[in-house]
Amino acid sequence: MSATRRHWLSGLLLTATGVALAACDRLTVNPAVQKGLASAEGLNRRLQRLVVDRTALAQEFPEHQISRDFRPNGSISPADAEYRALMEGGFADWRLIVDGLVERPLSLSLGELRLEPARTQITRHDCVEGWSAIGKWTGARLGPLLDKAGLKPSARYVVFHCADTLDPNAPEGLGRYYESIDLIDAYHPQTILAYDMNGAPLPVAHGAPVRLRVERQLGYKHAKYVMRVEAVADLAGLGGGKGGFWEDRGYEWYAGI
Amino acid sequence: MRRHSLLVRLTHWINVAALFVLLGSGLQIFNAHPALYWGDVSTFAEPWVAMVAADRGGEAVGLTRIGPAVFETTGVLGFSDGQVRGFPAWATLPSYRSLADGRRWHFFFAWVFVLNGLTYAAAGLASGHVRRDLLPDREQLGLRRLLREIADHARLRFAKGEAARRYNALQKLSYLVVIFLLLPLMVLTGLSMSPGMNAGFPWAPDLFGGRQSARTIHFLSAGLIVLFVVVHVLMVLLSDPWNSLRSMITGRFVISREKGS
Repeated sequence: MSATRRHWLSGLLLTATGVALAACDRLTVNPAVQKGLASAEGLNRRLQRLVVDRTALAQEFPEHQISRDFRPNGSISPADAEYRALMEGGFADWRLIVDGLVERPLSLSLGELRLEPARTQITRHDCVEGWSAIGKWTGARLGPLLDKAGLKPSARYVVFHCADTLDPNAPEGLGRYYESIDLIDAYHPQTILAYDMNGAPLPVAHGAPVRLRVERQLGYKHAKYVMRVEAVADLAGLGGGKGGFWEDRGYEWYAGI
Repeated sequence: MRRHSLLVRLTHWINVAALFVLLGSGLQIFNAHPALYWGDVSTFAEPWVAMVAADRGGEAVGLTRIGPAVFETTGVLGFSDGQVRGFPAWATLPSYRSLADGRRWHFFFAWVFVLNGLTYAAAGLASGHVRRDLLPDREQLGLRRLLREIADHARLRFAKGEAARRYNALQKLSYLVVIFLLLPLMVLTGLSMSPGMNAGFPWAPDLFGGRQSARTIHFLSAGLIVLFVVVHVLMVLLSDPWNSLRSMITGRFVISREKGS
């Protein structure tokens, strides 16, 4: 091949790459493309639900594998006045509300929550950013708690309302953290409202007094600073309508991948 | 002669598109935490690979740490275009920082890549393409023959005439390694990072030594695939670019007569 031809060819290749990259950015912000790409999420959820048993447990680890440097993420010290007041009172006035589509709404103090059927598990926390850490969690199992409240037949999702405003610049009602899961995950034996981490009360950085553990999904599903558990029929009326703080910002609702 | 069947040509170009998107979006995802670890968890204080920005006399520099060694990689890794980021904007999809968008591209094209790969593998095995065209025969695997091929490649002497009708042993071996080892390894290490799949198949991350090891191997084998693509394209450009390219588009490959002398 002649030198000019080679020159011409590499020039063509470079230009093509540049054009392709710019085109990719423009495609990325196109709503139709976003919708098409997002369709893989449903496929991933269905495939995982198909090949993984609904009650299959997430891996559990021995004590000696517990991470000494478990990185807290998201809010690590909420500035919300209501939360600061509860925290300064040692969460004595904190109540977990269980309501929505339930027969008997509950209001439980931390002491009462500790008397509910519990589970302890040493699991790996996988952040969407790519890192992992192992921690030991003890908490009330969500399934029995929902049964105590008595889910109405129309309930399809469980929403976790949190005390922390993660995005203070968001429009009214969109900056507060929240999450949601379906009933398959809500009744999974490892799904707990954790009040202990590594054998001690949950630290503020990790969501004191109570955080969700939903072990087969990524870290952002594990809502911290949980104040209220609400059973709902659909997710459209909450926050940005996508079922969670990060979901409203483009992340998958089903975070098993 | 007709070199490539329609199916090989189609799956080849779909694979090109899928790998292009998977690489760019993969680097976007990597940039969310540009560090690598071995084992189940991240030991934040001691990653074995990390790309970071540092301050040097009031100026930001990009540094890449690999084990105990530190390299200055300003403009490419760690710090580029005035931003703290692992890989630079031109290497990621999208070019701006968006983990959510990167994941969308990645997981959609992972399906394209897997379905396309399965189609190729099933058809390739059924039609005899793999056995006929990719498996080296006994005579090709002789040590002297292999050494001669390596020497020929190094001197950029390429097969002409009858010998160009089929792949040489180095081609066959590299195609086999990429198709049946590296590409499936990408899928398996990728699935090993999924907490949902981990519950059903805990042996998968264990096979690689833990989830963070799987992430490291995912990154390294992506690098090997990039290396393969670079050499592959280079070989096409250096040997007989128009003929090779045409044969992968139309299927037709022209065998030149050997110059008699």
